[in-house]
Amino acid sequence: MKSPPFEYHRAGSATEAAALLGELGFDARILAGGQSLIPLMNLRLAAPGFLVDITHAPDLAGIGANGAGLHVGAAARQRTVELHAETLAAAPVLADAISNAGQVPVRHQGTVVGSIAHADPSAEMPAAFKAQGGTVTAQGAGGTREISSEDFFEGYFTTALEEGELVTGVTVDAWPSGTGHGFLEFSVTKESWPIALAAVMVHVDAGTIDRASVVLGGVAEVPLRRPEAEAILVGSAPGAEVFAGAAEAAAAGIEPLSDSFGSGAYRKKLARVLTRRALTTAAERAGGAT
Amino acid sequence: MSTHDITVTINGAATSASVESRRSLADFLRHDVGLVGTHIGCEQGACGACTVLIGGRSVRSCIMFAVQADGAEIQTVESLAPGAEMHPLQEAFRRHQGLQCGFCTPGMLLRSLELINDNPNLTAEEAREGISSNMCRCTGYQYIVDAVLDAAAEMRAEEG
Repeated sequence: MKSPPFEYHRAGSATEAAALLGELGFDARILAGGQSLIPLMNLRLAAPGFLVDITHAPDLAGIGANGAGLHVGAAARQRTVELHAETLAAAPVLADAISNAGQVPVRHQGTVVGSIAHADPSAEMPAAFKAQGGTVTAQGAGGTREISSEDFFEGYFTTALEEGELVTGVTVDAWPSGTGHGFLEFSVTKESWPIALAAVMVHVDAGTIDRASVVLGGVAEVPLRRPEAEAILVGSAPGAEVFAGAAEAAAAGIEPLSDSFGSGAYRKKLARVLTRRALTTAAERAGGAT
Repeated sequence: MSTHDITVTINGAATSASVESRRSLADFLRHDVGLVGTHIGCEQGACGACTVLIGGRSVRSCIMFAVQADGAEIQTVESLAPGAEMHPLQEAFRRHQGLQCGFCTPGMLLRSLELINDNPNLTAEEAREGISSNMCRCTGYQYIVDAVLDAAAEMRAEEG
């Protein structure tokens, strides 16, 4: 089908976008790459009255790393971020997540921040962002504020953004050397939507895991952190038994929904297996091997 | 509803038009510009039939509004063979029977062109992975992969 009618506005900067959102009111939405929004509009599942296009705002296009982490602007395209040398160095789990998301032509157009702000709990980028940790920068008429990746996702397609705010960028926190990441998803074909996914990070110091992050996607209404699994990992030496125990803990207590792609019980099994395998990969990478 | 004046370059020619905000780039190309080589399949970004190149990069023109393309350089399948002679990719698709009904072919050709431009020495595996963005319900893909590899070889020879 075709999109329902709407009024199009183009913002030349983040400040202009925030002003437009404030002026147009509750029925206005940000249009970045549109790769989630426009299909929803074509399917008539969304019908915003106003769209504010931010992809022509030069101040939102940037990608750059410093010691604190990797900054991704709201207009930066997924494929650009995925192939960016600084992403591979500072946030390889995000690069892995992007390369698993959609297809290349969709990633040419779609944005990383758009996917995070869309907050689909099954999607790759929100889970990877939460696994590595970081902050969302939100801008509204009243100024800017930072929201932690832990607090940003509140439910299905629901975030901590207030009416009139847009996400101008995200910063993915740097982890020290000795860190490894694992990102694994299971889907019917490589192109199809993930049934479940695991995004993990471990830091190994002198043979002991001293920091760990385990996040699951597709099993709850948000990308789901698994503190029980992290508690098993921290203080342990990396090894098959520890990873199996952490994976058990990650899958324990979750109650995923069933759909035509898999039952809740199947998703739960996937969560365990994907976590174990992702941890194994992460520990190998933390040890310097690739 | 709003309407907007846009200027785009389509297959090398500057084109100005007034478009409704909700006009998809695919509908703009087909109905306003008359370039009906761009096909519309699913209209939700899944099938790839509407693939065009913007600045040399493949995008789904059914999930992009024409107004978003303002200022862009767009290449459609019509650019491949402006005259009577087919492009080496089109020749290879014909030779290898890389098409049957032809519906996916414009998108397949443009995505394949991008793949070969990115990597003229692409392997069968890379070609298969690369075209996985586009659906074909006739060929089973094998003949398309054969055609892409053959066309890449020919284009390398022409370059060399």
